[in-house]
Amino acid sequence: MSVITAGTRDSGVVTWRNLMNVRRQPDLLLGATLQPIMFVLLFAFVFGNSIGDDPGAYREFLMGGIFAQTVAFNSAYTTIGMAADLEKGVIDRFRSLPMSRAAVLIGRTTSDLVVSALGLLVMSVCGLLVGWRIRGSVLDAVFGYGVLLLFSFAVSWVGAWVGMVSGSVQVAQSAGFIWMFPVTFISSAFVSASSMPGPLKAFAEWNPVTAVADAARELFGNKRAGVLGQSDAWPAQHSVLYATLSCVVLLVVFTPIAVAKYRKVASK
Amino acid sequence: MPPPASSIAVRAEALVKTFGSTRALDGVDLEIPAGTVLGLLGPNGAGKTTTVRILTTLLRPDSGRAFVAGHDVIADPDAVRRSIGLSGQYAAVDEHLTGYENLYMVGRLYGKNRTDATARARELLSRFRLQDAADRPAKTYSGGMRRRLDLAGALVAEPAVVVLDEPTTGLDPRGRLDTWEVIGELVADGATVLLTTQYLEEADQLANTILVIDHGKVIASGTADQLKGQVGGERLEIVVGEPAELAAVSRVLAEVGSDEPTTDEQHRRVQVKVDTGPKALVEALRRLDQESVAVLDVALHRPTLDDVFLSLTGHAAEDEPEVETEGKRKGRKAKSR
Ligand SMILES: Nc1ncnc2c1ncn2[C@@H]1O[C@H](COP(=O)(O)OP(=O)(O)O)[C@@H](O)[C@H]1O
Ligand SMILES: [Mg+2]
Repeated sequence: MSVITAGTRDSGVVTWRNLMNVRRQPDLLLGATLQPIMFVLLFAFVFGNSIGDDPGAYREFLMGGIFAQTVAFNSAYTTIGMAADLEKGVIDRFRSLPMSRAAVLIGRTTSDLVVSALGLLVMSVCGLLVGWRIRGSVLDAVFGYGVLLLFSFAVSWVGAWVGMVSGSVQVAQSAGFIWMFPVTFISSAFVSASSMPGPLKAFAEWNPVTAVADAARELFGNKRAGVLGQSDAWPAQHSVLYATLSCVVLLVVFTPIAVAKYRKVASK
Repeated sequence: MPPPASSIAVRAEALVKTFGSTRALDGVDLEIPAGTVLGLLGPNGAGKTTTVRILTTLLRPDSGRAFVAGHDVIADPDAVRRSIGLSGQYAAVDEHLTGYENLYMVGRLYGKNRTDATARARELLSRFRLQDAADRPAKTYSGGMRRRLDLAGALVAEPAVVVLDEPTTGLDPRGRLDTWEVIGELVADGATVLLTTQYLEEADQLANTILVIDHGKVIASGTADQLKGQVGGERLEIVVGEPAELAAVSRVLAEVGSDEPTTDEQHRRVQVKVDTGPKALVEALRRLDQESVAVLDVALHRPTLDDVFLSLTGHAAEDEPEVETEGKRKGRKAKSR
């Protein structure tokens, strides 16, 4: 059997194992779905009325941001999942089997992508309830979800690497989330980048999370969001392209270093 | 170097592995002829698990080399993995998968198709008396059931070489006997087995050859009988009723024995090493009878592997046995960083 076929089969088996684990521990799912719901409600009703003079427009703006933040947080779940995998007995079984070395990583990032997609679904329903709508074409909307899932998958590989570097679940629990906060909040996810002071503004403008949020707004036809002020930086003008490019770069950089790191930790 | 002859299933040469300042392996050599059982016997921390991890490609040695089923563990780990089944010291099962799902998963990862993986999983579940628990998550299993599930996992692909790291530690007597039976069947089917244990009777019972290891070094090897021979012959022990008679007994035993008799006044017992076994016993009793000493009890002890260990290392073999718990595993991992 070819290496690719065998690798795909092994990754599929590990993905199945991970998803069975999620199914048997519903509290894992709760974290991935409850948090975005909370964000939608908090921002829509707590901040929504105080930011800008048109709460409807802000909610519309907000959804793209919460979508982007939620998929970014997928990286933290992968970090914890990966660190937990390494502490579990079953990893010793995997290591002694003639299976593809990358399968544990591909399986982890793939199953987290599935959970992430579920989170997006729950959030979309929640958004619809607070007045958000997809106003563009169906095809654009499909692309919108495509960009979000691609970003989710890309940061998941970063998260896998962080998880292996952490060395223990305890460290992973803080290491996985700590860098998420600046990355998601210094962006146009919740406020327009153009309102930020100098260096923060530059960071926010070139932050991939900004591009993903803007791309979602654009592809879901939430252009009324523009009322909050649009940046004229290049990424803001080409958000879909820049978001996609960011994902490709993340994957090109982090896939090989994550695989190399796994080889190392797996042969300790 | 030419590849090892095909009749040698496992061969290790001068394996060295250090962890920080701990020299876990300090030049270990071993050889297992195909179809036989090698028992690696040693106390906690002797280096058994480290040897197992190197032979199963989980760990790279600092120096030395090893071949399993003709494949170099360093140069061709994948070929080694295809030829082995490992049941490690800590059960490598997924807690949230059922017993069946665990074995099915392992079968698929060995490259079996769905039908074959399912059939093999069911077969092993009934062979290991787990069929009634087959569809329950493994976290509901007792320690013994988990251990059996893990052992089953090692056998999914009917490997040529089976490596079992302390397979009976933490099992109750019934579980231990069951495991012994399975190992017997494996050998009958032609498998080569590397077995580590802290239990001397287990090595005696199961292994064709025993390697005694302590502080990362092989300190003795041979069959159980050869090892017992190294300690010298048997011990003759005489118990009398009256303390006054101990001196006479000691004098007689000094004549028939091969070293100085030792006297235990409290139990009115005298012991001596003998080379001629039953002959010495008869002779001692005849002389004591002539001197009209009333013998209460008499015994001829063959040396046990415990004696072997004590005489080789100066300390007993069975420290507190490591009982398997998830907590221990984590503590150990944390320590290793
Ligand atoms: N990963 C590790 N990091 C540090 N020390 C280790 C590690 N693994 C084993 N050791 C040490 O190496 C020695 C041999 O350990 P091990 O092979 O597990 O012994 P055994 O299996 O015979 O009980 C012990 O002193 C142990 O503490
Ligand atoms: Mg051990």
